[in-house]
Amino acid sequence: MKTVSSITLTLAVSTFLFFATPRALVAQTDCLGCHGDTSMQDASGHNVGVDAHKFGESIHGVLKCGDCHTTIKDYPHPDQVTPVKCDTCHADEAAGLVGSVHASRAEHPCTSCHGDAHSIFPKTDPRSAVYPLNVPHTCGACHGNDAMAKKHGLPNVYPMYIDSIHGFALSKEGLLVAANCQSCHGSHHILSHTDPLSSTYKVNVPKTCGKCHAGITANYESGVHGKAVAAGHLDAPVCSDCHTAHAIEQPTAAAFRMQSTPICGNCHKEKFSTYRDTFHSQLGSLGGYVETARCWDCHGAHEILPASDPRSPIAPANLVKTCGRCHAGANASFVKYQPHANARNRKLNPALYYVTLFMNLLLIGVLTFFMIHTLLWLIRSRYDQIKARAAKGGKNA
Amino acid sequence: MPDLEQAVDGKGEQSGAKARFFMRFTREQRTLHAVLFTTFLGLAATGLPMRFSQSIFARKFASGVGGFGTIIFFHKFFALVLTIAFLIHLKEIFMRGVIHREKGIFWGSTSMVANWKDVKDLVGHLRWMMGLGPKPQFERYAYWEKFDYWAVFWGMIVIGFSGYAMWFAPFFARFLPGWALNAVLVVHSEEGLLAILFIFSIHFVNTHLRPDSFPMDMVVFTGVESEEEFKHKRTEEYERLARQGKLEARVAAAPALWQVNFSKIVGFTAIAIGLTLLVLTLSAYFI
Repeated sequence: MKTVSSITLTLAVSTFLFFATPRALVAQTDCLGCHGDTSMQDASGHNVGVDAHKFGESIHGVLKCGDCHTTIKDYPHPDQVTPVKCDTCHADEAAGLVGSVHASRAEHPCTSCHGDAHSIFPKTDPRSAVYPLNVPHTCGACHGNDAMAKKHGLPNVYPMYIDSIHGFALSKEGLLVAANCQSCHGSHHILSHTDPLSSTYKVNVPKTCGKCHAGITANYESGVHGKAVAAGHLDAPVCSDCHTAHAIEQPTAAAFRMQSTPICGNCHKEKFSTYRDTFHSQLGSLGGYVETARCWDCHGAHEILPASDPRSPIAPANLVKTCGRCHAGANASFVKYQPHANARNRKLNPALYYVTLFMNLLLIGVLTFFMIHTLLWLIRSRYDQIKARAAKGGKNA
Repeated sequence: MPDLEQAVDGKGEQSGAKARFFMRFTREQRTLHAVLFTTFLGLAATGLPMRFSQSIFARKFASGVGGFGTIIFFHKFFALVLTIAFLIHLKEIFMRGVIHREKGIFWGSTSMVANWKDVKDLVGHLRWMMGLGPKPQFERYAYWEKFDYWAVFWGMIVIGFSGYAMWFAPFFARFLPGWALNAVLVVHSEEGLLAILFIFSIHFVNTHLRPDSFPMDMVVFTGVESEEEFKHKRTEEYERLARQGKLEARVAAAPALWQVNFSKIVGFTAIAIGLTLLVLTLSAYFI
């Protein structure tokens, strides 16, 4: 018993000495004596505990608490402490945030993306909130939120992205090279797509996608759309106009093939209308048979060239080959078929115009004549029937 | 295909005092009609979704049967069956009219070929409908029946040719001009639409739904019709046969009850499918 009492006394005295006299805080252990309790709360109920083990492993684990919490030098310290300034060390990142969509520090503190200040890991560490495979989840915390999207007039992009081909590559295949949010938008200096300096500004989109899809971008840039955009015609489509920005699908998939022709039709209205008249479109609309020719099956998708260009798949010399991809046995006379013939245009397609006119007149003529004929006949027959029955004293009398 | 007098199976002579029945269509003709309307319904049901592929019913139908692949498979299947039936019919006409030199195939009162009487009947019939003259009396085939026959005949050639031209386009392209490859789709779908609208509205009413035959003329299923009906509908033929003393040869047995019931089921099913397709066709212009 005596031994126990003396130990208790020694502890009590040393504790009293520790708390009673102001002393300088030098090592992490000095702070962790209190803040090492991870459930510790301040007067207003905020958690001020630190997981000492995790912090030790984090990228800032080698720093002393006072390196960031610069105003706290002694114990006891005031209840109110000034917020930590990451800029002190991370000046470049801080500069990047200036003018970006996330410039407001009050709304977007560093920790909103980088996570808990005491467990920040390098972006190459799978535990990091900004590790490539974690980025969509991190951004999705805000950009997968309907209320937030509505407040800022933004689409709720997280669900679109996560079901897209990029999202699948990332979440299902775990591909580090799969495009995540920051691959296209950048990280600190994110600009609105309406800003000409933004990586997602219309003119810059091909270059942004081209960071990964270099071959396709080169093809695109030599095609009519790429040339038009480069020449300042902003009506011409860039990658995202056909593929969308976030809900990108595998272009060969049935779902995309089914919805794709109207995308071209948005601009090419006349061509879309004449395509609609053809068997290609009729079959294509029915589903379950997605092989029927869509725009790019003949025109190409990225390096679209006019028929006058000998490299174009629709150049006269290449038609047999192009049509032959689907139509086995396609020959020189077969490719005289006009996939965009306009039966309503007498000058352009006179034969088709007159055939259609004849067929319509035949249809209307025959039906009109026999409609009248049959109607008159019905009335007269019924009249005779009633008269005959009346003569016999029947119920129609 | 035997002529009507030879097609009667002899049982008719015992019919006695009861209502007599007369042979109108041979078994071969009835079979041809059955194959024709079955394949026609099939072709219409599979052709309409392609013609109106943007409409809701077409997409629902296509997704219900497994997509366009299924539709075109059955469309081609029915087309082949109908083509074979048409070729058999052509062979029959050739054999009877050209080889056996049978009278009444190409001309005369029992022929399908239109004649001056048909023109007079058409005018007279229209005048009667408007109360301007007496009702004309008809021979074996009235003018609207001949029109039905030739409409189908012309349709078979036009729709058949344009259909095969699309099916085997690279082959047909060898001797058709370029624009014709575009025109065949227009011809095929317009003529098909005409056939569907005509058969499901005008043929149905003229032949089956008009007061004289309502709700269905069974003669094309049972092959026989009562003396009263024969006399009323085809007075001239009846009188001619009586004059020539051939009336007795056409007397046939009354149709068996199962035959009548079976005919009703088949006939009403066909009419119901046809009217459904007619409604869908017309709705495609609005939905």
